[in-house]
Amino acid sequence: MNLNILVNNQPLTAEKGQTILEVLNKNGIKVPTLCHIKDMLPSGACRICLVEQRKTGKLVPSCSQPVEEGMDIITNSPKVNEARKTIIELLLSNHPDDCLYCSRNLNCELQTLSNNYHVRERQVRGVKNNHHLDLSSASIVRDPAKCILCGRCVRVCEETMGISAIDFINRGSNSVVGPAFNKGLNTSSCVNCGQCIVVCPTGALTEKSHIPELLEALNDPKKIVIVQHAPSISVSLAEEFGMETGKDINGIMNAALRKIGFDRVFDTSFSADLTIMEESAELIHRIVNGGVLPMITSCCPGWVKFAEEFYPEFLPHLSTCKSPQQMLGAIIKTHYATTTGINSEDIFSVSIMPCTAKKFEGQRAEMTSKGISNIDAVLTTRELAELIKLYEIDLHNIEPELADSPLGLRSSAGKLFASTGGVMEAAIRTAHYKLTGKELVKFKINEIRGTHGIKEATIKIGDLDLNVAVTSGLQNAKDLLAQVKEGRMDLHFIEIMACPGGCIGGGGQPINSDENALKARMKSIYSIDERESIKVSHKNPEIIDLYNEFLGKPLEEMSHHLLHTTYEERDVLK
Amino acid sequence: MLKEIDIILDEHEGAAREDLIPILQEIQENQGYISENAIVKVGDYLNLPTSKIYGVATFYNQFRFEPKGKHHIQVCRGTACHVLGSSTVLDQLEKHLKTKADQTTRDGMFSIEVVACIGACGLAPVICVDGEFYAKVTSDSIKEIVETYRNKID
Repeated sequence: MNLNILVNNQPLTAEKGQTILEVLNKNGIKVPTLCHIKDMLPSGACRICLVEQRKTGKLVPSCSQPVEEGMDIITNSPKVNEARKTIIELLLSNHPDDCLYCSRNLNCELQTLSNNYHVRERQVRGVKNNHHLDLSSASIVRDPAKCILCGRCVRVCEETMGISAIDFINRGSNSVVGPAFNKGLNTSSCVNCGQCIVVCPTGALTEKSHIPELLEALNDPKKIVIVQHAPSISVSLAEEFGMETGKDINGIMNAALRKIGFDRVFDTSFSADLTIMEESAELIHRIVNGGVLPMITSCCPGWVKFAEEFYPEFLPHLSTCKSPQQMLGAIIKTHYATTTGINSEDIFSVSIMPCTAKKFEGQRAEMTSKGISNIDAVLTTRELAELIKLYEIDLHNIEPELADSPLGLRSSAGKLFASTGGVMEAAIRTAHYKLTGKELVKFKINEIRGTHGIKEATIKIGDLDLNVAVTSGLQNAKDLLAQVKEGRMDLHFIEIMACPGGCIGGGGQPINSDENALKARMKSIYSIDERESIKVSHKNPEIIDLYNEFLGKPLEEMSHHLLHTTYEERDVLK
Repeated sequence: MLKEIDIILDEHEGAAREDLIPILQEIQENQGYISENAIVKVGDYLNLPTSKIYGVATFYNQFRFEPKGKHHIQVCRGTACHVLGSSTVLDQLEKHLKTKADQTTRDGMFSIEVVACIGACGLAPVICVDGEFYAKVTSDSIKEIVETYRNKID
């Protein structure tokens, strides 16, 4: 049923059940929001989205007020603007005045609002709460002093990720968002996914920066600084520099990394191919030998920690394969070091990831060999952008370059890891070849592409009907695992990514990426797969060489030792 | 102590999230406070995240998170007491005992609780120690009251 309403004297039609905000957004009318998250139930906490009803003169929050027939709304009356300005002034009343020193300077919703609503002086002086900086997590820094209590992080952690590591503590002006008992994040069930960071309007949640350690290594003449970049970085970095969303700037990024001073530039998509070689062999091994099924992917460190905390009974289902980051890290400090005559202790191994949980993964005890970490620093997409800005590199005016070889060439299957369903698609391509000796007729598996939370497909491989499921967003994973727990037996292989959309929607990606950004990045990844000629991991010549020269065969002794890992149940505050 | 929490939980068979507050109240009644262990146990029992339970519990003034002292002092901060200087009373008490409201002294002897109104406005300002009321207290008289409790032999 259509409703007729008036907005700023302009007639609009709306559907019954829509909120005022939905109607306004649909018609291109901007209203500021803070606590609102698209596609979630409104919380109505911040009141910044209020609009005036002309007939009554009353202000109503547009995010939670349903439209009614004949509504007459003004979105920018003096009354509305004054009320919004007051809300901002109140939010600023106990906010630290250190914008210039804040990592979210110029990228802060509170700052933007304050500017848009002409707040020029402190009107209200509130009591500052004495909150401590929480540096306990390997991935996430919490600064409650900068928190405006919008609750977006709390809701994402609960509703999207199904974790609830943090919640509101205390009441009124003493409120603070934090883990149970207001302890450090490291004691909580936080899986380090960083989804809270990308929704935070201010600098209250940020990644733990590894830039200082990196700069030290870059300026140390003894250190050979090697960098690898994850499949999704080349399609999300462009946005940070005002380029078209989703644009693939792989070559430009390689060139920029060399200009910064990295001695070698490798591509994590190469080791994604390596992961596929091992993981598909493991899948076949499990199917043929009656191993634990369904096998579940293990490249996402957020999901791995989640499983260790909440689903220890599923740990035998996890593939023992290390993630591509850790596989390449292990290869760099062993085989690569030996063959190039570099002392592995002189190598500083850096990875650029779309992910904050990778910082945690890099520090796991299992990820060292002979006491040396395989990965020394992990930078998010955002930190890479900061680094490029620090070195004053003009991405618009440099020539693209190729990654270094070996360890730099990839198939488009490895690149697919960036998106939800990509690991599955790449694994199926190689598993099909290994089981039947023939390539798939059609590489593209439409059922497991796209942004849906849970996707399923059945793929015919010879006589085998391989049943697979793909899920992203840990709440979706919970729903799927509940089915398996209840006795669902048909699935052979499950891909789980913690972040909605997979790595292209990771917690290390540009702040406030919306659904359109996610789709643009995904499209870019698919078009790379479309146009490139090596579409399967097992045809990547550098992968073939690596097995011939060093690893032997997948799952054999050397691979097993270097490329596989173990998991353990974790006792945290759940 | 922990066993008693289990007993309380067992009495709430089939409980769901709406039973959280009554359960916490019973635990506090029994234990004197809500311990971290209690929250973890309740979380397991109700299948609720500990962060959520801690959030709910800290929202309400009635819950405390430290064991009560041997002597529990309630300071009334209702309107009548406020007008007659209860904020100074609380201030002085905190200074004298070297602890804060809702906390317990390090020797476990005293704990202070702030209550909204104790219902004895005619006697303002009022404090209540171990259920005993003290009327029209002053900065000096509270020190004496506290010391008599400290020296009390059971």
